[in-house]
Amino acid sequence: MPRINSPAELEEVRKEILSKRDPNKPCITLCSGSACHASGSREVAAKLEEEIQKQGLSAEVDIRKTGCHGFCERGPIIIIRPEEICYFQIKPEDVPEIVSQTIKEKKVIERLLYTDPNTKEKIIHESEIPFYKNQGRIVFGSNVSVDPKSIEDYLAIGGYAALAKALSGMTADAVLQEVKKANLRGRGGGGFPAGTKWEGTRNAPGDIKYVIVNADEGDPGAYMDRSLLEGNPHAVLEGLTIGAYAVGAHEGYIYVRQEYPLAVENVNIAIKTAMELGLLGKNILGSGFDFTVKVHRGAGAFVCGESTALMTALEGRAGEPRPKYIRSNIVGLWGKPSVLNNVETWANVPLIINKGADWFTQIGTESSKGTKIFSLVGKITNTGLVEVPMGTPLRDIIFKIGGGIPGGKKFKAVQTGGPSGGCLPEDALDLPVGFDELTKAGSMMGSGGMIVMDEDTCMVDVARYFLEFLTDESCGKCVPCREGMRQMLKILTGITKGKGKEGDIELLEALAETAMEAALCALGKSSPNPFLSTLKYFRDEYEAHIQEKRCPALSCKELIAFYIDPAKCNACTTCARKCPSDAIIGGKNLIHIIDQEKCTKCGTCFEVCPPKFRAVTKISGVPVPPPVPEEARTIVRESKQK
Amino acid sequence: MSEVLLQIDGKEVKAKQGMTVLEAAQSAGISIPTLCYHEKLEPFGACRLCIVEVESRGSTRLVVSCVYPVEKNIIVRTRSEKVDRIRKMILELQMAHAPDAFILQDLAKEYGADKNRFEKEPSFCIHCGLCVRYCAEVKKKNAIGFVDRGIRKEISFIPEIAAKECWNCKECFPLCPTEALQAAYVLVEALAAFPSPSAEHASGK
Repeated sequence: MPRINSPAELEEVRKEILSKRDPNKPCITLCSGSACHASGSREVAAKLEEEIQKQGLSAEVDIRKTGCHGFCERGPIIIIRPEEICYFQIKPEDVPEIVSQTIKEKKVIERLLYTDPNTKEKIIHESEIPFYKNQGRIVFGSNVSVDPKSIEDYLAIGGYAALAKALSGMTADAVLQEVKKANLRGRGGGGFPAGTKWEGTRNAPGDIKYVIVNADEGDPGAYMDRSLLEGNPHAVLEGLTIGAYAVGAHEGYIYVRQEYPLAVENVNIAIKTAMELGLLGKNILGSGFDFTVKVHRGAGAFVCGESTALMTALEGRAGEPRPKYIRSNIVGLWGKPSVLNNVETWANVPLIINKGADWFTQIGTESSKGTKIFSLVGKITNTGLVEVPMGTPLRDIIFKIGGGIPGGKKFKAVQTGGPSGGCLPEDALDLPVGFDELTKAGSMMGSGGMIVMDEDTCMVDVARYFLEFLTDESCGKCVPCREGMRQMLKILTGITKGKGKEGDIELLEALAETAMEAALCALGKSSPNPFLSTLKYFRDEYEAHIQEKRCPALSCKELIAFYIDPAKCNACTTCARKCPSDAIIGGKNLIHIIDQEKCTKCGTCFEVCPPKFRAVTKISGVPVPPPVPEEARTIVRESKQK
Repeated sequence: MSEVLLQIDGKEVKAKQGMTVLEAAQSAGISIPTLCYHEKLEPFGACRLCIVEVESRGSTRLVVSCVYPVEKNIIVRTRSEKVDRIRKMILELQMAHAPDAFILQDLAKEYGADKNRFEKEPSFCIHCGLCVRYCAEVKKKNAIGFVDRGIRKEISFIPEIAAKECWNCKECFPLCPTEALQAAYVLVEALAAFPSPSAEHASGK
């Protein structure tokens, strides 16, 4: 495509692209993000291309490999347009049938449809599936329509119209005011108002300013930024360019994790094609505004998601945070004023410019506007990425969209905000999601991680797990974080191993205070959150571990024992055969006994004991009952007595 | 440079714009404990011991005085119940590594810190970074640096540079608040692989 020199030319190009596209031409959309690749979408794609060719349909059918659709639990996902037929968990062997039946014969293949687990009804269209129906996908929704490697696809859905509008019809200040008015808050963790941040940079003295995309998403289980950057890189670039124009920056950086190769690849392609079309580079759309973007790959440190550590790493030094008494929007990268926002925040900017702050502020709560993408994982039926309007109750996200807890288990807690977030109990489920609402409840929004836990999860162990993660990821510069976490982790580990003692909780609280008050950066200051929020809502579990050496969730290995209920054992011998440490004494017609000395508590016996017997149980906090005397172990079966 | 008037521990203090609260306090003869601060080096803000209370426009917060710039009319309190409690904890955490360091022992007396509060893991190094920063900022040699991160972070001499630069310098040794034990040990370890210049002479190379 030739270079586009004005907003009018952009609209011409868009018209031309759309005129070549027949909305009634069959198009097979296949999700092809990293998560989809993991579930085999590359193989499906190869088969699809092969099959379309084989059946002589190359000219009549389009294939579009898009980014993540969000419903990763059921991936790979195929949507067939224009009918919008949605198929899930596609395997390569399903492809010939899809092509011959659905594409050629226009017949729906029942077995590949989504089945509502409650009504058992088959659902054909994506928009009618509860997982999607209850979302509000204004940012993430475009992923399904765009091949991230194709700038034409992005232009076809109205891409770069916001940039054209900003550059041709708005002053830099007007753009800034619009974002400020929209009250767009940072989606990366802090929730700081983006407009205020931008304004500081714009008003800061100096000619050289920077804009930065934080794509160093490091929370365990979170992948919304990856999916956005992989699936719709132009939206992020467009937002970044608009931000650069608003603050007067001519250089931008995308700091993306080394672990996100597809995001790196797609965003580099996006930059290259945008440069060729004059949507980046010199004199963008003939406006006289110049802006270039470089991609910097991070080396895998969680702390580099912290803004000042990220900037230090960009400068080529070890990624350690700097004191923030002078904010980085005034003194940032190489000492210059720098706006740093995360991927999702930047992706919201084109929407605000296109549709206006008034439209944006209609969505959400008093203090949190727009939508938020959450990565819904853990003990949840529908794992995936969900985007909801701010203010949606947690309960709706977990039960209406997420489909509740699998296996008939009871909900226990939801962990929000990443490792330094907090766990909220059942009572807090009616809480509307929003920055201030979550903070008030003792957790935080963070970047949008949402890990659901069921009754089998030990909350002390959860705190220990996150503390372990944070200890491992601490940069080690300041004492309250490095040494404080070292000690907190030791104490928490001790508690989960039955070595907790009186005074442990108080000592943990004192260490938590030191970290919160005295640590250098936000990571250190929030590092005690996993402990504090679990203590707030699940103090009884801490006390049970310390005082009774009991794990109420029957999860901490050192505090539980496996025991076979002699009244329920049918001597089926399954557990004895499967036990990897030969710890089960039994035999035909003999009640089975677990040798507690040999038992490694792997839980195999518990899992394999047939549900009709349920003889193997877990016990905690009480002594294991003495084994049945050998002479009383023989099972006398009623049927054989007769 | 314009002057800034602030109050530290009830005393009116005149400071130059751009000074840190710690420097302003020192200029007025008010002492704030430090471990990672050195007048010849850029402020590091790592040990957090110099934490103080700052009251401005009616709200009070804790800041680290070695990096916090002076502001007009702020009220600084170098001691308070909370400040003392945090300093005590920081000292106790450090003493798990260097229980016998004199500077820590003296401060422990002042703040009532118990050197046995945490299980001992003697490593001598308390990660103040004085040796690392002195070598980089003053000597400009970068013969010693930090390796790894978090609780695995250690100081380490880079043998290739240390073999050339360290024999006649060793200026970092006396800077070490835990009596140079760690730096000396780590240097010997790093140099073990490299023949000393004198050894080279002796062997006639």
